[in-house]
Amino acid sequence: MLLPASLQLAAVKRVKAVLFVIALLPLARLLVLGFADQLGANPIEFVIRSNGTWALSFVLITLAVTPLRRLAGAGWLAGLRRMLGLYAFFYACLHVLSYIWLDQWFDWAAIGKDIVKHPFILAGFTAFLLLVPLAVTSTDAMLRRLGKRWKKLHQTLYLIAPIAVLHYFWLVKKDITQPVIYALLLALLLGLRLLWKVLERPGRHSRLLQKSPIIR
Amino acid sequence: MLIRSLPDIAPSEIAPREVYEGRRHFLGQAGGIALAGATLGLLGENALAAAPATSGQKIAGIVKTRYGMEEKPTPYEDVTSYNNFYEFGTGKADPAEYAHTLRTRPWTVGIDGEVKKPKRIAIEDIYKLAPLEERLYRMRCVEGWSMAIPWVGFSLAELIKWAEPTGNARFVEFISLADQQQMPGVRSTVLDWPYNEGLRMDEAMHPLTLLAVGLYGEVLPNQNGAPLRLVVPWKYGFKGIKSIVRIRFTEQMPVSSWMKANAREYGFYSNVNPDVDHPRWSQATERRIGTGLFQRRQKTLMFNGYAEQVAQLYTGMDLRKNF
Repeated sequence: MLLPASLQLAAVKRVKAVLFVIALLPLARLLVLGFADQLGANPIEFVIRSNGTWALSFVLITLAVTPLRRLAGAGWLAGLRRMLGLYAFFYACLHVLSYIWLDQWFDWAAIGKDIVKHPFILAGFTAFLLLVPLAVTSTDAMLRRLGKRWKKLHQTLYLIAPIAVLHYFWLVKKDITQPVIYALLLALLLGLRLLWKVLERPGRHSRLLQKSPIIR
Repeated sequence: MLIRSLPDIAPSEIAPREVYEGRRHFLGQAGGIALAGATLGLLGENALAAAPATSGQKIAGIVKTRYGMEEKPTPYEDVTSYNNFYEFGTGKADPAEYAHTLRTRPWTVGIDGEVKKPKRIAIEDIYKLAPLEERLYRMRCVEGWSMAIPWVGFSLAELIKWAEPTGNARFVEFISLADQQQMPGVRSTVLDWPYNEGLRMDEAMHPLTLLAVGLYGEVLPNQNGAPLRLVVPWKYGFKGIKSIVRIRFTEQMPVSSWMKANAREYGFYSNVNPDVDHPRWSQATERRIGTGLFQRRQKTLMFNGYAEQVAQLYTGMDLRKNF
C-alpha cells in the first residue's frame, strides 16, 4: 500500500471519518451476534475476549502510526493517532466493563480478590488504569496545556503495551500462539523506535569511529 | 466375542509407538477380522444392534438412572460445540469443526501392564460388557466453566473386572489415539502426544467413574471423544480422556500429559476443589454453559458436588499438596 506523502486537511478529515466508522465494526459485530444469539456456548467469554483482543489491537495500531509515518514519509498520519488511541481505551473500557458486569456481576469482593491473587488480572487492571490518564489528556486543550510534558506522559504507552501482552500471555492455558504474535508485533514496533533513537543519537558517528578496530 | 488374547509380551514392550501411531495399519488387518466377526455376531445374537457405528445415532436399550436428577442438562448444541480436544486444535470450536476425520470403526482397546494376560477388546464388545446406563453428571472444566451432561456408559469397574488386573496394579493409565492423519492437532507440539491420563485403582473402581460411549442417548459425537471416553465427575474435565485406545495397569503413578506440560499447575489428582486455586486463576466459582449473557457465576462445590460419594477416598490426604 502506497501512502501519499501529503494530504489536504479536508482529505485527512475524510480518512479520519471513515476510520472512525471502521473502528466501530468490532462492537457492531458483537451487537449483531448478540441479538442473533450467535455468541456461542460461552457468550460472556466471547464478549470479554473480543473486546480485549480489540483493545490490544488498537494499542498496537496506535503504536504503528509513527513507524508507518516515518517509513512512508506520510506526516499526515499523525492526525489519526489520538483517535486510534482513544479506540484502544474504548475497547479496554468495554473489556473491563464486561468482566466486572457480565462475568463478576459487580461482586467487588471477588473482583478485589481476583486482582490481588491473580497476576494476569493484576496486569490487565494495571494496564487499564495506566490508560486512563492518557485518555483524559487526549483533548486539544490538554495537549496545549501540557506542552512538552504531554509527549512524555503519552510515552507511557510503551510500558502499557507490554503489560497488556503479558496479561494475554498469563491467561492462556497452553497454546501461546496468539500472545506470541502480539508480542512479536509489539517488539517490532518498539524495536524500530529504539533503533531510530540509537541511530540518531548526536555524536554517535564519532564515537563509533573511535571504537571501531584499526585493522579493516 | 471378538476378544482375542495377545502373546504374553505386552505391546508396549515391543514398540509402544506402534500402538498409537501405526495403529491404522494394524487395524487394516484387524478390521477385516472384526468385520467378519461382526457379521457372525449379527447372525448369532442380536446384541450388536446396541453398538451403532455413526456418531449421533440412537443407542438402544439404555437404562435410565437417577443420577443428576436435580440438574438441568446443558443444551446438546453447547455440549457438542464447545470442547477441549487438543488433538483437533486448541480452540473450543476446533473439535466440532475438524473431528469428522476421526474414524471410530473399527476400534479396539489394548489392555496391558499389570494384568493376568494382555487383551484386546473391540468397541462392539465393550458395548456388551455391562448394561448401558444414562447418567446426568456435572462437568467442571479447570478453566472455570461447567456443564451438565447426560452420558451413556457404565462404571469403569465393569471393564476393570473383565481386564483382570493383578495384585500389583495400583494405578490405571489411559492412552488416547494420536494419529496425525486423523487428528490435525497432533502435528502441533502443544502437548506430549499421545494424551494420557491416570487414576488410582480405588478411584478407577469407584462406581461413579464412568466409561462413556454416548451422550443424550446417542453415540458420542467425535468431538466429545468417540468412540470411548472416561468421565470422572468429581475431577476437572481434562481427566476425562477421550478416544481411548489403550488401558494400562501400573504399579507406579502414571505421569499425565498435563502434568508433563506444567506440573505446577496440573497435578495427578486434579479433584475439583474451590479452595485450591489454579496458580493463575480462581476455582471458587464457575460459569455454567448455556445460561446466556446475564447469568451469574455459581459457586463451585467441593469434589464438584460429589463429596458425599468420594471424599472418603482422600481421608488423611493434604488436598493442597495432592492437587
